[in-house]
This record gives sequence, C-alpha cells and structure tokens, in this order.
Amino acid sequence: MGGLEKKKYERGAATNYITRNRARKKLQLSLPDFRRLCILKGIYPHEPKHKKKVNKGSTAPRTFYLLKDIKFLLHEPIVNKFREYKVFVRKLRKAYGKSEWGTVERLKDNKPTYKLDHIVKERYPTFIDALRDLDDALSMCFLFSTFPRTGKCHVQTIQLCRRLAVEFQNYVIASRSLRKVFLSIKGIYYQAEVLGQPITWITPYAFAHDHPTDVDYRVMATFTEFYTTLLGFVNFRLYQSLNLVYPPKIDSQAEDELKPAEGKEYAMDSESYLEKLSGLSASLARAVAPTHEDEVEMDEFPVEGETAELMDAKKKEQEALEKHKKLFEGLRFFLNREVPREPLAFVIRCFGGQVSWDKSLCIGATYEATDPSITHHIIDRPHLDKQVVGRYYLQPQWVFDSVNAKLCLPVADYFPGVLLPPHLSPFVTEKEGDYVPPEKLKLLALQRGENPDEESEEEEEEEEEEEEEGDNDKEEEEDESEKEEEMKLQKMEEQKTQSTQSNKVLPVKVTAGKVRVEDKQRLEQEQQSEEKRLAIMMMKKREKYLYKKIMFGKKRKIREANKLAEKRKAHDAALKEQKKKKKKARQA
Amino acid sequence: MEQPSLSSDTQELSESEESVYSGLEDSGSDSESSGSAEEEEEEEEDEDEEEDEEESSGSPSAPQTQARGFPGQRRSLQDDSPLDEYEQDSSDEEDIRNTVGNIPMEWYQDFPHVGYDLDGRRIYKPLRSRDELDLFLEKMENPEYWRTVQDRQTGADVRLSEEQLELVQRLQRGQFGDVNFDPYEPSVDFFSHEVRIHPVTNRPADKRSFIPSLVEKEKVSKLVHAIKMGWIQPRKPKENVPTFYDLWAQEDPNSILGRHKMHVPAPKIPLPGHEESYNPPPEFLLSPEEKLAWEQQDPSERRLGFIPQKFRSLRAVPAYSRFIHERFERCLDLYLCPRQRKMRVNVDPEDLIPKLPRPRDLQPFPTTQALIYRGHSSLVRTLSVSPSGQWFASGSDDGSVRLWEVSSGRCLRSLTLGAVVRSVAWNPNPSICLLAVALEEQVLLVNPGLGDRLLVAATDQLLDSWEAPEEERVQPVRWIPASPEERAKGIRLLVQHDKPVTQVTWHAKGDYWASVVRNPGGRQVLIHQSSRRWSQDPFRKSPGMIQCVQFHPLRPYFLVASQRSVRIYNLLRQELTKKLQSNCQWISSMAVHPGGDNVICGSYDSKLAWFDLDLSTRPYRLLRHHRRALRSVAFHRRYPLFASGSDDGTVIVCHGMVYSDLLQNPLLVPLKVLKGHAPALDLGVLDVAFHPHQPWLFSSGADGTVRLYT
Repeated sequence: MGGLEKKKYERGAATNYITRNRARKKLQLSLPDFRRLCILKGIYPHEPKHKKKVNKGSTAPRTFYLLKDIKFLLHEPIVNKFREYKVFVRKLRKAYGKSEWGTVERLKDNKPTYKLDHIVKERYPTFIDALRDLDDALSMCFLFSTFPRTGKCHVQTIQLCRRLAVEFQNYVIASRSLRKVFLSIKGIYYQAEVLGQPITWITPYAFAHDHPTDVDYRVMATFTEFYTTLLGFVNFRLYQSLNLVYPPKIDSQAEDELKPAEGKEYAMDSESYLEKLSGLSASLARAVAPTHEDEVEMDEFPVEGETAELMDAKKKEQEALEKHKKLFEGLRFFLNREVPREPLAFVIRCFGGQVSWDKSLCIGATYEATDPSITHHIIDRPHLDKQVVGRYYLQPQWVFDSVNAKLCLPVADYFPGVLLPPHLSPFVTEKEGDYVPPEKLKLLALQRGENPDEESEEEEEEEEEEEEEGDNDKEEEEDESEKEEEMKLQKMEEQKTQSTQSNKVLPVKVTAGKVRVEDKQRLEQEQQSEEKRLAIMMMKKREKYLYKKIMFGKKRKIREANKLAEKRKAHDAALKEQKKKKKKARQA
Repeated sequence: MEQPSLSSDTQELSESEESVYSGLEDSGSDSESSGSAEEEEEEEEDEDEEEDEEESSGSPSAPQTQARGFPGQRRSLQDDSPLDEYEQDSSDEEDIRNTVGNIPMEWYQDFPHVGYDLDGRRIYKPLRSRDELDLFLEKMENPEYWRTVQDRQTGADVRLSEEQLELVQRLQRGQFGDVNFDPYEPSVDFFSHEVRIHPVTNRPADKRSFIPSLVEKEKVSKLVHAIKMGWIQPRKPKENVPTFYDLWAQEDPNSILGRHKMHVPAPKIPLPGHEESYNPPPEFLLSPEEKLAWEQQDPSERRLGFIPQKFRSLRAVPAYSRFIHERFERCLDLYLCPRQRKMRVNVDPEDLIPKLPRPRDLQPFPTTQALIYRGHSSLVRTLSVSPSGQWFASGSDDGSVRLWEVSSGRCLRSLTLGAVVRSVAWNPNPSICLLAVALEEQVLLVNPGLGDRLLVAATDQLLDSWEAPEEERVQPVRWIPASPEERAKGIRLLVQHDKPVTQVTWHAKGDYWASVVRNPGGRQVLIHQSSRRWSQDPFRKSPGMIQCVQFHPLRPYFLVASQRSVRIYNLLRQELTKKLQSNCQWISSMAVHPGGDNVICGSYDSKLAWFDLDLSTRPYRLLRHHRRALRSVAFHRRYPLFASGSDDGTVIVCHGMVYSDLLQNPLLVPLKVLKGHAPALDLGVLDVAFHPHQPWLFSSGADGTVRLYT
C-alpha cells in the first residue's frame, strides 16, 4: 500500500492534447478569431494515436490540438491585435450610432493593423521551407486575382493578388524555370522548378466565376491574407536572387519599344504599370547589369569509377535542361485573338520565344500579324481565310505539348481544324505494370531520337493495304493457319530424322518425351507456387492481412491497366472500321 | 427672376389655405422684397381680370400696365416713394366686382348669375343666345376673333391688347415676360474673397467676439481630458516602411523552434493524371455504364472527383464550375483536418512471406495418394492402424468394422455390428492383438485374429485368465463376456455403458483404456482395465463437455479436452497438473506428440493449436490452414510429422520438429495439402492416422473410402 493514488488521464497522452473548445476558452477567443489565428499560424488538429485515451474514455468525435501548439499561441502578439480590433469595431459602431462623424474619422485613422511578417518567418525559418509550401499560396493568389472587383472580398486584396501573381510569372520568365504545363478540364497546371524545388500551381480558365453559395469566403480571405504576405516576401527574395529590381520595373529599352509610336499615351505610367507588367512581353530591369562572365563554369575535378558516371549523367541532364530552357529560342509567335493570351504568352516567353498579339487585345504587343518574321501563328479556329506564306498556323496545344515533350514536336498533327492528338499529363511517370497510353510510347520514342512517325506511317500503309485486301482477310488467316501446320509438320519431320539418326526408336515416344520436358518445367513452377502457398499459410494473421491487402491492390492495378488497354483496343478497332466504311463508300 | 419663382411657391401655399405656414415663412424672410414679389405675383395671377376690367372701363389703368411692364422701374419708384405702394393695392379693390372669391367658377354653371357685386346684388351672365352658326359666322367675320377670350369670372368676352399679346407670345417662346429684364446683369460681389477697406455692414461687433468662448473652453477641456486618459490617441505618423523586404536575410535553420517534432507538414495536392486532360486519350473517357455508376456513387466514395471529358479544341473548354469549391476544400483540409503521421512502410509483399525450409528438404512425408480402400457404404467415421502397421481397422456409419491389409488394399474381415461405429482403437501393445470398438452404448473388445497365431492365442488367454473377485465391486459399467456367436465373430468382451460411447482410446501399455460417454452433466469419462475387467470413474465432478481424451504416451498423465480447454491430470497423484487454454471455440480432436511435451488440438472453427507444455498453457502457434472445421489431428510416431483432416476435404501434412534443446522452439512447416476425398453431406475428411513406421498417412472420409497417402 502507500503512495499516492494514480488517477486516470492525468499523465501520458491525455495531457498532451486539448480539445478545440477548451483551447478556445484558454485563449479567450471567439470561434472566428480562433479560426483566423489557426489559419494564420498554421495550427492544425492532430489525430492522437489512442483516441480513446486522449478523449478520457469517451468515444465521442472530437478534434484535438496539441497542447504545445495552443500554449505557443498564447503569447502571440496577433491575439491582442484581434482584441483591439474588436474594441475598435465596437467604438466605431457606437460613434456611427451617435452620428459623431469626427469620432468616426478619428477612429478610422487609428484603425489597428497587424503585420504577418514574423509569422511568415516563424512558419518558414528558411527560404527553402517557404518555397516548399508555395503551391497553395500560388494557386490561391491566381484564383483571387481572377475575382471580380466587386463583392466577395476587398478590392485591395484582389489587386495585391494580381500584382503578386504577375510578379511571380515575370520571375519565372526571367529565370526560365518553368518545366511542365498541363491543360486540364479544371484549369491550367504549371510546374516550375525554383532553387531545386518543384512548385506546382493551377490557374482557372479566364471566365467569370459562378460564385458558389456554400463556400465561406472569410476563410479563403484569411488564407489569402497570409499567402499574399508569404508570396510577397518570396517574390522579393527571388527577384533579389536574379539581381532584378523589386518591385519589378520594365527594362528601359523594352519600355521604349512598348511605347506607342504615335505618341498617344494609353494611360499614365503609374496606372498602366501593372498592365504592362502583366502583358508579360517585356523583360525586367536588373539592379546590376548582367555580365556574361557571371556564368561560372563548373570546375572539373578528376573523378573515378561510379562517381564519374554519375557526373556524366548529371552533366547530360544539365545539358538537356539547358536545351529545354531554350526550346523556343529564336521563334517568333503570334497569338490570334481567340487564343488565351496570358498562359500562352507566359509559356512561350518562359522558353525564350518571342510573342506578340493583336494590339487591341492587350497592351504590350510588339509586332503585328503581318510581320514577315513570324514563324508560328497560334490560332484556335477551324480555318483561316487569309494565310501568310512562311509561317506555321498551329493550334495552341502544340506549344504545351512541345514544352512537355522537351522538343518541338512535328507540326503536322496540330494544323488548324485537324483532330488533335491527345494531350497527356506530364506529371504522370509510369512505373512498371502501369498502363501507358500509346501516344506516350510514341513520345518517348521521339525523345529517344527515333522516328516513330515513319514506322507508324508504314504501319498505316500496311494497314491500308490490308484494308484494300479487306475481304481476303479470312482467306489470309486460313493461309496462315495452313502455314503454321506446315511448320509443325516440318519440325516433326526434322525431329524424326534426328531421332532416327540417334537411336532407332519409334517417333511417337519422342514426342511423348518432349511433353514430359514441358511438364517438368510446369511441375517446377507448380511446386514453387505450392511452396509459396504453403509459406503463406504459415504467416501471422496481421502479416497475412497486410499481404492480402497489398496483393489485392496490385491485382486491382493490373486489372485497371488491362481494362484501359482493352478500351483502347476497342476504340482503335472501331476507328478502323469507320475508316474502312468511309473508304468503301468513297470507292462506291 | 428667382425671387418671383420662389414667392410663387409661397403664394401657392397660401392659396391652398395654409396661410399660417406661409405667414411663418414670410416673417422669416426679408419682408420688403417678398412682399413686393407677392404683390407682383398676384398681379400676374389676376391679369385676366385686370384686362377684363381694362376692357370694360376703357383704359383707366394705362399707367398701371405701364408700371407692370417695367418692374425694375417700378421697384425704383417704390424705393423712391413708398406712398405709391397703395396704388398697386387699388387694383385689388377695383378688381373686386365679383365677391365670390377664388373659387372654381363651375359651381355657378347652373345658375343665371356668376356671383355678387359689392352691394350683394347678383351679377348675371351675359346673354348668350348665339348658336353654332352664329359662332362660325363671327369666327369668319370678326377679324378680332382670334384675340378674344372669355373671362370666366364675369363670363364676358375680352379682347386682348397688343401688349398682352406680346406678353403671351414671349411666354410661349420661353422668354421672360418683362422685355427689359436682363438676366445676365453683372453681379455685385459683396462678400468677395478680397479684403475691402470698408465693412459690408456697418453693424458694430458683438461683445462675444472679444471674449473667449465658454463652450469652446468646455470642449477643449473635454478633449484634453480624453487625451490625458488615453481615450483619444493622436494620429500616428505613417510608417514609410516597404511592405516586403528580405525576410530571410539571416536565416537560421536551427531555430525551428519551432514548432516541435510533432509538426506534420500538409501533404501536397496530388498531381493530375491523363484523365484530367481537356483532350485525354480515348480510353480514359467513361463509358455510359461507368458514367452511370459514377453518378450513383456517393461523392465521398468516388475515385475520380470529376467526369473526364474531351473537347475538340482549347477554345471549347468551359470554366470548371467547382474550382472555387476545390480551393475551399483544400483550405478546410489545411486548417481543420486532423493530421497524423502514418508510417507507411514500402513493403515488398515477398518479404512478408516467412522464410521456411523448403518442403523438399524435409522429406520424407506423404505426397501422393497411393491406395483407396473401398468397401464401406457410408461415411467412415474412424480408423485405427495396428501397431505392426500391417493392418488397419475402419469403422463406418453402415454399422460395420472392416479390417484391411495396408499393402494390398484387401479387406480381410468385415464385422457387421448393426449400429453406427463411433470409434475403433487398436491396442498399441504389439504383443496383444486387440481392437476396441465403440458401438452405441457398448464397447466391444475384438480379437481380429490377424497375424501371428501365438499372439492371437495369447491375447485370448489374457482375457480369459480373469477370475471373478470374491467380493463384487460396484462398477459404473457391466463387463459381459461374449456369447458363442459373437465369439465366432471375434468379439471377446462387451462393456455395457449406460450412455452412448463416443470415443475409446488405449493406454500405451495396452492394458488400460478409456472411453468417453456422451452424458452431459454426468459421468463422462471412464477408465477401464481389460485384464482385471474393472472400470472406474476418475472424476468426482464433470469438467464440462468432454470432447476427447488421451493417455500420455510416457508419463502417467491423462489429457481431457473439454469444449475450450485441455486439462492434464496426473493419474498417480490424482490431481490436475495443467490446464491449457486453446483460444478456440470448440475443440474437436487432440493428439499428443510421442515426445510427450507437445499437444495439438483441432477445433471446429478451423484452427489448429500447437501447445508446448514446457512453454506455456497458451498455444505456441495457432494455425489457420484449413478453410473449414477440423475433424481430426494425428502425430506420427517416428517422423516429425503431424496431419490434420478437415471438412473441406483436405488433409494437410505439416512438419513439426521438436528439438531436445529446450531453448529452441518447435519448427512448424506445412508440407503438403493432400486432396482426394470428395465432400459428402457437408463433411470431408473424418479421421486421419499415420502408419506406425512408414511416413504414410491414412485418411477416412465422408465419401465412404479410406485413402492411403505415401
């Protein structure tokens, strides 16, 4: 006996967690304020390992925060700012009620504000951390920048988002760090590689939003508040790393070019600044004039063996990357007006191409449609009446597919009005056993330097020939089967001769022997599979469960891949059939 | 002309019987100007009447009209001679011929008069006897017709004068009525921004403009107090700090307090696959059936959150309606979704399979079906192999016990007993040739008469050598010597129980045997000694439903399997040594390792429990090899083999190596799944037994056969 009585839930897991309501009471905050604080500080609930223990024996569904997190929130200066703001609103309402306009003005002047700098620094102690978490920030900013300037949220927020988004796009152009683009039905995905970190974001297509009613814009606005701060600091740092001026300034040389020749001012410089910047056609001013000596060549160290190979591979990769960056170098694009200007201009500029558009479409057009030096004219309508000789008229998908393929794809598939080849996701890397669409295989072959086109053409020709023969197919098949039979017979004869040569035994036995050989292999296999089955029997229950689960997943994957392949086959067959019919109709 | 218009408003008000209100207004405004304006207005209002009057009275008021023609002049006149004021009023007096006042004249429509004059006499309407024709003629003939109007007050016709006509025309053109009025007169700016040497008014300054204001003082003191108390904050100077700067100028990767080890970074949004493309390969599009299935699925169960679509060109791609939703859901996930670090081991499933010695290295063990013993017409419940391994006996539901030669498959003898044979057991002692057969409520001791004659004779002699003791002991069973016919069959003794017997089993020495009686709650186990022909009940109270019993092969132990557990009794000391918990629902069978330290139990819930008696009372290993209930288990006497037969029609042979080293646990390896028995009546294999010397296995099944696997 003796000793203190141990009470339950006073030590261990139960003391490490705190429910949301208790946390709120501890912080003395209202629920909206608590939510804001959690969003800004990046505090999220944790799922305890033993929920029942933490929940003090109850199984009621509750969300738990780490007690440490909440304690960490206790001395957050922003909490006081929230309270101040609450008081401010109360005073303001009172002054309005009493119509004391002087007081209202005074109060408005002293409106409490807060800064999120320290929170950004706290949540992302290093720059790389911030970059790693930039995906959501970018997606959100790009979304908010497309919002209408009325309702929903503050105009300043929208403008700031637009500015930051454009600044980031300009940085990506200047650093040429875009790697992948994907046109999905949801929007356009971009992936850039900044300081070795892949950053993916999605932008919606440029349409008016159908604002849903079941979305809480306050939550989104709070997130955006933090994200804009984060993105601003990141932009600053990124611009600094490239020796660019921040806030970005258009290169004076480019600016001169941009100025309308007639001398008619479009708007005041300060007003059109953001628009010019969002035109994405001008390069940015640098703080330090770029010198070519800056590009330090890598010192080469004598290396041996594997490291040398590794180095070689790395070097090759680097070269490929450089090549990819200069994909559109020297090409001059012109965007027709029905083409989405911003994404295309952004992508083309990211890979060194020059781009222009109709002057009435947007500020920043550098040359006109009639310019003879244009090499690629991007259009998205079935046909164009007046075509200029000496340039390719292409659908916009060509640009995106070329970027993803890391090479300028053959243009024939992308002429206006042509049925486009499928647009594949560049984010999928097929592993072994996954389904690979045939287009991807073709693309891989292209990348390897082979030319599958010719082969495919040949195939097509063959196919055509086959089609021409058409009715004779069955006969052919019969022929083939006959041929096979002949082959078998020949083989048997050979065997006969061999057996007769070795020892004079009846040929029947020889064939039987052959069968046995096959059986041996099969037996071996069977035995092995049986061994495996027996071993599986000896597994522990938990392991067996895991094993079965894994095997189920694998099987499902295979099943799905097979299904896709089958579907494709059926589709191709249907297409072929259609073609044949058409041909027949034409012939008839 | 602003003033007139203003005053016209007031006039209207006053006319609509709100004189009190208008009077108030008048008192507030400059009396002179408004008064004059009013008058003027009245004049204009009553113009017609005046004209009328003029008509009637020739032109006595020519100067009056003149005066009206030039209001500016008039005003100056007024200013000059205020006495003239009453001249204007006179028009009012003159005008009053009809005293009805300002009323709608329609009220007098039906009367011959139109009102009353000052003396109260009626004013009659002028006679109007003219008809349409007269009117027309007058219109045609009278050159003045166009300028003739009717005075409604008096009903007389009035001819408009030239001036009046002009006035009407001016008003129609939208000009001021007054010809001489100049609306663009240069204004005199009395209260200009320029400082003049003379004051605008000559009024002496008030005293209050020289002494400090008390009200202001009060206000200031209030403000001062508020500032002192901190209620009013002075306006802070705007900080001119750039909003963005190099935040990570001094970054310190070790300062991550931060947040602690428990930080779980949010997972990134999964990247899109081919199916999300606006122009996916055709195989990624959903077929109509798949689309239907997708629509019927719960949104939370869908593998894809959208239906893949194909558009012919980028131009045709619409906005994604759920874009904002998805961003919002991501936000919710980020701040509301509980996070947990899950250690996902990337396991190769092959690694999970335990590394066991290959069955091939553990030979010999039965692998193939060698012989089938056919003959029973119903399911073969039980079988037992003779200690020599030359014969075996099988008991079936068709009421017969058959004795077979192992090597040839011949049925040597068949005893038809006429009731279901529950259990047969061959005496394990090689010097005794005896078979115990459990048949309903009796156990028969049968001398099969096979093998060495001497042995057969010796056995008979042993059984016959019994002499009845002097004093009869009370026994739970009756030992009945066989009748001559039965003796001819080979039956030597009948042991009559009071309840059906389910199992018989021999002690290794071959003298004692035990029987299990189905007698829930009562006496269930009996131990018999065949040489002394006496039986006893070892237990005072029943330990639950007993499934089967076994004698320990080496020590004087007795194992009793009840429904859930196995009890081990020491027969010498007459006490319970151990109780093994099987972790099974219902034990069906039990076998003891020849070494004596290991026991296996088969159960109806398709588990096989291996107990290591030295290790614990819990199973060392629970094997779930069979898919259905286990019916019997058996150990090989020599080889490290054990087998289990199950209702799924299979017999599984396992390697069960027991090491003499106490530190090493037994090694269990499944070796072979033997199939062959066809399931019948939902039963498969009913009994298994090993050959005493060879690695051979017998199994009896519900299909009426016994099979030998070698």
